[in-house]
Amino acid sequence: MYCSSRPALLTVDHLSMRFGGLFAVNDLGFTAYGSEITAIIGPNGAGKTTLFNCLTGFYKPSVGRIALTAPGAPRFLLERMDGYRIARDARVARTFQNIRLFPGMSVLENLLVGQHTPLMRASRYSLAGLLGLRGYRLQERRSLDTARYWLDRTGLTAQADQPAGSLPYGSQRRLEIARAMCTEPALLCLDEPAAGLNPRESLDLNQLILDIRQEQGIGILLIEHDMSVVMTISDHVIVLDHGSLIADDDPAGVRCDPAVIRAYLGTAEDEDLPTEVAADLNRTAAGGRS
Amino acid sequence: MAAPSRSPSSSTSSPTPPGSALETVRQAPHGRILLDALAAGVLAALLALPILGFRLIEVTGGLALDYRFRLVGLAALGVFAGRILVLEARLALAAWRPAAARPETRRTFLGAYASRQSFGWILALLALILPWLPFADRNLIDKATLLLIYVMLGWGLNVVVGLAGLLDLGYVAFYAVGAYSYALLSQNFGLSFWVCLPLAGLLAAVFGMLLGFPVLRLRGDYLAIVTLGFGEIVRVILLNWQDVTGGPNGVSGIQRPSFFGHPFTATTPTGTTFHDLFGLPFSPDHRIIFLYYLSLTLALATNLVTLRIRRLPIGRAWEALREDEIACRSLGIDPTRTKLSAFATGAMFAGFAGSFFATRQGFISPESFSFLESAIILAIVVLGGLGSQIGIVLSAILLVGLPEWFRDLQQYRMLAFGGAMVLIMLWRPRGLMASRDPTVRLAAVPTSPGTGG
Repeated sequence: MYCSSRPALLTVDHLSMRFGGLFAVNDLGFTAYGSEITAIIGPNGAGKTTLFNCLTGFYKPSVGRIALTAPGAPRFLLERMDGYRIARDARVARTFQNIRLFPGMSVLENLLVGQHTPLMRASRYSLAGLLGLRGYRLQERRSLDTARYWLDRTGLTAQADQPAGSLPYGSQRRLEIARAMCTEPALLCLDEPAAGLNPRESLDLNQLILDIRQEQGIGILLIEHDMSVVMTISDHVIVLDHGSLIADDDPAGVRCDPAVIRAYLGTAEDEDLPTEVAADLNRTAAGGRS
Repeated sequence: MAAPSRSPSSSTSSPTPPGSALETVRQAPHGRILLDALAAGVLAALLALPILGFRLIEVTGGLALDYRFRLVGLAALGVFAGRILVLEARLALAAWRPAAARPETRRTFLGAYASRQSFGWILALLALILPWLPFADRNLIDKATLLLIYVMLGWGLNVVVGLAGLLDLGYVAFYAVGAYSYALLSQNFGLSFWVCLPLAGLLAAVFGMLLGFPVLRLRGDYLAIVTLGFGEIVRVILLNWQDVTGGPNGVSGIQRPSFFGHPFTATTPTGTTFHDLFGLPFSPDHRIIFLYYLSLTLALATNLVTLRIRRLPIGRAWEALREDEIACRSLGIDPTRTKLSAFATGAMFAGFAGSFFATRQGFISPESFSFLESAIILAIVVLGGLGSQIGIVLSAILLVGLPEWFRDLQQYRMLAFGGAMVLIMLWRPRGLMASRDPTVRLAAVPTSPGTGG
């Protein structure tokens, strides 16, 4: 069990998501802490993305409670909120496994759509915006500054006026993170941000995620398949298998957890492992313990 | 720093997609062309057979069929020869033009952003001085007024279809709501045009919301079908609610517009007429010119407001919704409200246009609000290039203006209309003005130091 000195940000209790007879997430409970990177790992079909969809309101969980307590904000029970309210009021931002940008709009516009809530509030049902009143103009300038800051951080300033759909894949991934950050989230959920990136882009991305945690002080949930990424940047690792929690520890603890190894490599009884693999496995498990 | 000035998506469609006729032709030129033309000729003959081949004629004692197979043969021969000509010409052109130069020639219609903007100003200026041009007669000004109504409707529908990406096939319903609101309000309560105009817009917007609620969860084809149904419901109600709308007889004797209380008539029982006010000799043209400028004002107002809205958060949210609704929700945008606001805004402009239409015609009936009108307005928006303001003006001129001027061609007019649509779709499959300009450019934003994050 993982313990942290930091305040709890997200508490998930007894969360289950059922599709017909299939439990995609089964009685899951964990806590993610503020200013920490919590990685969620597990084999394919373990229910990681389903968990994200429950957290961000795209699915209504069948059972369970998801509470978000951001500093300086009331406690939100996410399981009973609409998707857009979770993003707008509880400030949970996310990216998607298959990138979802606004491909026809420019990079800068994508970032401004990310700041829809403050801009919309300042434009007062679009009336102040239509008339170009001062309050709206100020907010617009602030939003452009925020956008420029994130363009700079993600290295997309030179492409700011290009359609987002024309960017190379790695830049699209970064733009999606920048857009999510423009919503000023309390919790950032990244769904496989390193998928499809080359090693160099992946390293840059790791640094960006670490910087975001350091400077913004927000909690980050990270689904990732690349173990090297998980082990280097995360503070806390949650392992799912078939919808259930099988490990909840720091990276070093998870690495040698027998349940995790079993989930990833199968058990010795299940299949006859080649002797060298079995020996490797034993050595890893023993090495972790000592 | 500055981004390349090449406008987006100007060269996205490759000149010859693999598998196109030209591609086949290039591989084995003349034999293939002959074969292709033969197939086209046979197809034309088959199509022409029922259309041209038989005609009912009156003979003593009843009707008889007149066989005109010569015409069918002529049509097939014409298509055959035409197909050969077109393909040979394209082949020659492709050989003559170096391949590398081709993307350059496929630039956005009328070039880049700047030239397009100045083109817009030229169009506006031309519209402003139109009544004073030497060749402008009463007929021309009247038709230009009609054209402006369609431009206004196109701009209004553009909000719904072009920006928010909601395919609306019942747009004419809001146009009808606006027209009937003005007609009934002015007849029953004696309200003037300027009081009725905002009321008609408001009522149409309310109807837009009413339509919006049930269709919020629908997308694409399903949305199109429901809006189509809504358009028909409004028309059928207008036809059958005799006590209020006058049914198929419509509403006649609608109050004509006046110049702030001074009517455009030769004499008036009370007050002064327009020509007395300015000391001009009476002329029926005054009213036509006034109507023209009124429609121009309304159209330009529509344009200004939509251009401005596009740069506001709500406008960007509409476009974002068109691009990806799920991403919108993940950013805290309420899809329900955003869609409703798009429907209501588009409907409001249709309401303004409708109320102007009623005062111009002086008579309205459900016939003016058939599905064909919706289809024409949608065609204007699509052919203009979704989301493009000037494109809509051009396609309105093409689709509404030209058929009006070519009324002499009688029923062949619609044939030309269809032909023009096919040609535009062949020539510019994404509309006359397909490229999109960003609503904000980083290069154009002044930097303010010491802020951000």
